[in-house]
Amino acid sequence: MNRRTIVVALIFISVGIAFLIKLFILQVYDPSYKYSAESNTRREIINYPARGLVFDRNGKLIVSNQANYDLMVVPRELKKMDTLSFCRGLNISKDELKELFREMRSKLKRRKISSIKPSVFYKQLSAEQYGYLQEKLYKFDGFFVQRRTLRKYEYPNAGHILGYIGEVGQSTINEDDYYITGDYHGINGIESTYEKFLRGKKGYEYVLVDVHGREKGAFRDGHFDIPAEAGKDISLSIDIELQKYGEELMANKIGSIVAIEPATGEILTMISAPTYDPSLFVGKKRAANFATLNQDTLMPLFNRPIMALYPPGSTFKPLNALIGLQEGVITPESKYECYMGYSVGSFHLGCHSHYSPLDLRHSISNSCNAYYCHVFRNIIDQSKNSSVQDGFELWKNYLVRFGFGYKLGVDFANEKRGFVPNHKTYDKIYNKSWSSLTVVSLAIGQGELLATPMQIANLGATIANKGRFYTPHIIKGIENDTIPSKYKTIRETNVDSTHFRPIIEGMELAVWGSDGNTAGIARIPDIRICGKTGTAENPHGEDHSVFVAFAPKEDPKIAIAVYVENGGYGSRYAAPIASLMVEKYLKNEIHPTRKWLEKRMLEGDLIHASE
Amino acid sequence: MPQNNSLLKSVDWVVVIVYVTLVAFGWFNIYAANYNPENPVLFDVGREYAKQLLWIALSGVIIWVIFMTDSKFYVAFSYFLYGLSVFLLFSVIFLGKEINGAKSWFEIGPVRFQPVELAKVATALTLARIMSRYDFSFKKTSNLMRVGLIWMLPVICILLQNDTGSALVFFIMVLPFYREGLSGNVLVFALIGAVVSVLTLVYPNVIILAIIIASCFVFLAFKIQYKFIGYALFFGIIGFSVSYIAFKVLGKDIRLDLFTLVGAIFISIYLAISGLNKRLKAILPAIVFMWGAIAFTISTDYFVEEILSEYQRNRINVLLGFKDDPLGAGYNVNQSKIAIGSGGFLGKGYLDGTQTKFDFVPEQSTDFIFCTVGEEWGFAGTALVVGLFVFLMIRLVILAEKQHSVFSRIYGYCVASIFFFHFSINIGMTIGLAPVIGIPLPFFSYGGSSLWGFTTLLFIFLKLDTNRSELIR
Repeated sequence: MNRRTIVVALIFISVGIAFLIKLFILQVYDPSYKYSAESNTRREIINYPARGLVFDRNGKLIVSNQANYDLMVVPRELKKMDTLSFCRGLNISKDELKELFREMRSKLKRRKISSIKPSVFYKQLSAEQYGYLQEKLYKFDGFFVQRRTLRKYEYPNAGHILGYIGEVGQSTINEDDYYITGDYHGINGIESTYEKFLRGKKGYEYVLVDVHGREKGAFRDGHFDIPAEAGKDISLSIDIELQKYGEELMANKIGSIVAIEPATGEILTMISAPTYDPSLFVGKKRAANFATLNQDTLMPLFNRPIMALYPPGSTFKPLNALIGLQEGVITPESKYECYMGYSVGSFHLGCHSHYSPLDLRHSISNSCNAYYCHVFRNIIDQSKNSSVQDGFELWKNYLVRFGFGYKLGVDFANEKRGFVPNHKTYDKIYNKSWSSLTVVSLAIGQGELLATPMQIANLGATIANKGRFYTPHIIKGIENDTIPSKYKTIRETNVDSTHFRPIIEGMELAVWGSDGNTAGIARIPDIRICGKTGTAENPHGEDHSVFVAFAPKEDPKIAIAVYVENGGYGSRYAAPIASLMVEKYLKNEIHPTRKWLEKRMLEGDLIHASE
Repeated sequence: MPQNNSLLKSVDWVVVIVYVTLVAFGWFNIYAANYNPENPVLFDVGREYAKQLLWIALSGVIIWVIFMTDSKFYVAFSYFLYGLSVFLLFSVIFLGKEINGAKSWFEIGPVRFQPVELAKVATALTLARIMSRYDFSFKKTSNLMRVGLIWMLPVICILLQNDTGSALVFFIMVLPFYREGLSGNVLVFALIGAVVSVLTLVYPNVIILAIIIASCFVFLAFKIQYKFIGYALFFGIIGFSVSYIAFKVLGKDIRLDLFTLVGAIFISIYLAISGLNKRLKAILPAIVFMWGAIAFTISTDYFVEEILSEYQRNRINVLLGFKDDPLGAGYNVNQSKIAIGSGGFLGKGYLDGTQTKFDFVPEQSTDFIFCTVGEEWGFAGTALVVGLFVFLMIRLVILAEKQHSVFSRIYGYCVASIFFFHFSINIGMTIGLAPVIGIPLPFFSYGGSSLWGFTTLLFIFLKLDTNRSELIR
């Protein structure tokens, strides 16, 4: 045979062999096309489970769910349709519909959505829209309605604690296989922290469809269907009534209230003022409301209890006293003179007028600055320390053990750590030549120190517990599950419990003392409340009013810290509010003799008055 | 009827059996593609399979007529048929009905007819006649011109109809030309030309292809010095690898086109240096060609992607015969591959396909009928079809070689080549090896025109074959 004949025959044969190889790979060797075929004729219908409910510590329902429907679209299945009736169904104008389609096309172009998979066309249909569309939907190829659940808030309170639900972002989708575009997840607050419990498990139902998306019955008799698992309910440690009361007291004020149950570390209330109604973040109006709140100069979205940093002020004195006792540089009986302050050479740190000299207990109740300058310098300059740096580190380590300078580990992602300087800070500022006198303002909680209200409340709880605490947390229980073990582990400080007695007595005297007290206004009939006022210096205006307290003195049930920005002395706003909160929590009502105080606090306006 | 008896004896029954098998198998698959499992009706006169049955019956008539006609008629009337078909091809541009963007159909009452099917037969006959002249040689410019003209006229008309797929079929005539003495280089040229022009627009990173072409021509230029080419390629690979590794180490995004370019630069440098050393004159044009090819692919890409509007781009794609693909690039092919791939080794069983039932595959009874074979009959079915086609084509070539008459031989080659083109492009596109050009699979695809066209093509050859020992002029 001719050579050219063979060439032609070989061309035919080689194409045939190439086809056979490719067909073998396609049909026999590579199984992926079989799965594609299934997914082609099979539509996955996602059943979104109901999100877990949220209860307060007394079993009161705080957050529940409401049904909601999204209009979904599969772009490839779209057909010519009666847009007029469609618009009427959605109750939107023709231009709005055009805009929706334009958006869809642009997302398709940018490959944000797939043309063969469902994506959200119109979010959160109203009841009327849903009713109308459900009837007419068969007319509009490519559209279907997806049921979802939205949050429903039973109280207009605790917005910062609860967080909210929103659509997942691309980064979340990349990190967690569970999510697909258009899913919702918890953002902020406990919705975010306990997302994995609350979300439940999506269910999948498979139905056969033809190329037009018409359902042709269950796929393999529903053999592969996976039922949705409802999210787990959780209980929070907050008392929603107390939370509500606290928010009312803080109305028209800026600041925080944090109350902790000392025996467990459970957060009883956590108030950030000004606050917002969590319902504002439900549904379509969320974006607009978020923008409004975000632009508010009072920063209502700022979660002050765990994010705001203040100098602790005089509330810090009990801690310095405890360190002094533990180090043995003072005894409860130690007395120090105060001449309207603390003076060394030309240095003078002022104090208010009170009798002198004072012992430890009365130094707390009278909040004597000079006393703590002595205590602080005794700690730093004691002979066992080879240098001021060593002394400073010794002091600092106590603070860290009490939960300052680092995140406490509360169940909120955005907690701030506060600030406790170390000796290097001052080496830098003072070029290594500094002494205990240079930084003596730390003795009274001023200077570089910064702490969150949560850390101060935790200090109150630690004193109430005589030197130990549980990491403050807001989770109390998870349905069929246990709360994280770190909230069950006690944390010891390095101050012996025996040293707490005089401190507690000093704090008792601060409220109840007859020979000079700083917080007599906090007295509650029948409840032995112990507290310590503070005034955080504020270079920008009126000082911040601070009060840390716990009650009752024996077997304390509540520790509380109150910050009222620009509230002046601790006894002016913080102490009354704290005492009202304690009374409300322990007695459930305010004693008639204190109604005037309650009224004054409720009506106090520190925002609009100053304008 | 002694004449008829001898006719029956001399007919190549092997080809006839293959033909009948293919047509029957084709019909069963058209039936399956039309079958609706939700509403199973055994036979619906309105459906495509019913009409196809009619077309098959009419094919029998055509075969009978062909066998009753004297072989000499096809030689004598080839020019007339050619003239007629060119006239029809031309007039359809003005009188035809536009279907799928191409004006290639005559519609007279209920009857539709595509003149291109006649043109294939007529052009094959005419080319066979011209080339079978005893003094014919491709070395003569006048002969070459004549063949070129005969070939070009229908192609131009078909292109004007906007039926690029069918026009491309005519390019396969290069195979008979090659058999009849056209230089083998032309075959390589044609192959490369086809690959470049098609793939440039279909695939990204086409520079890789340009390199292949360039090296082909380097090969041509230095046919003797294999070692030289080996070194050049070696340097090219080094350039490619070095840049690849550099990008990998630096953590940059992999850019194959860029690496290939680096490889090409390495090749050019090596060629230039050794070319200067050994005073090889062919080096310069080779390098110039290679860079020309690279520039061409890049600029085509750039031209199509950047300069043309989407509308114009679609027009070009349609012009090139790529089906309008509104659902996104590769959607049809992907669906087709899914359908075929899901068949497995033995298939899902007759009428049990899902992909080819619910309209996932486009044109499931015409251009993509092979998907039904793949899905319902599995690899066993597709291998059988591929095997039958290759067997048929080889058989035709072997028969052609046995012809005493050059006319019959050339015509036989034309028939085999036309089948080959349809076979490779149609099946190739369903499995993603060829661009989506809408041409039917012979004997399988639904449609009277194409079935009759292929039947006529084949049986004229079988008729000529019955007179294989005679000299037909």
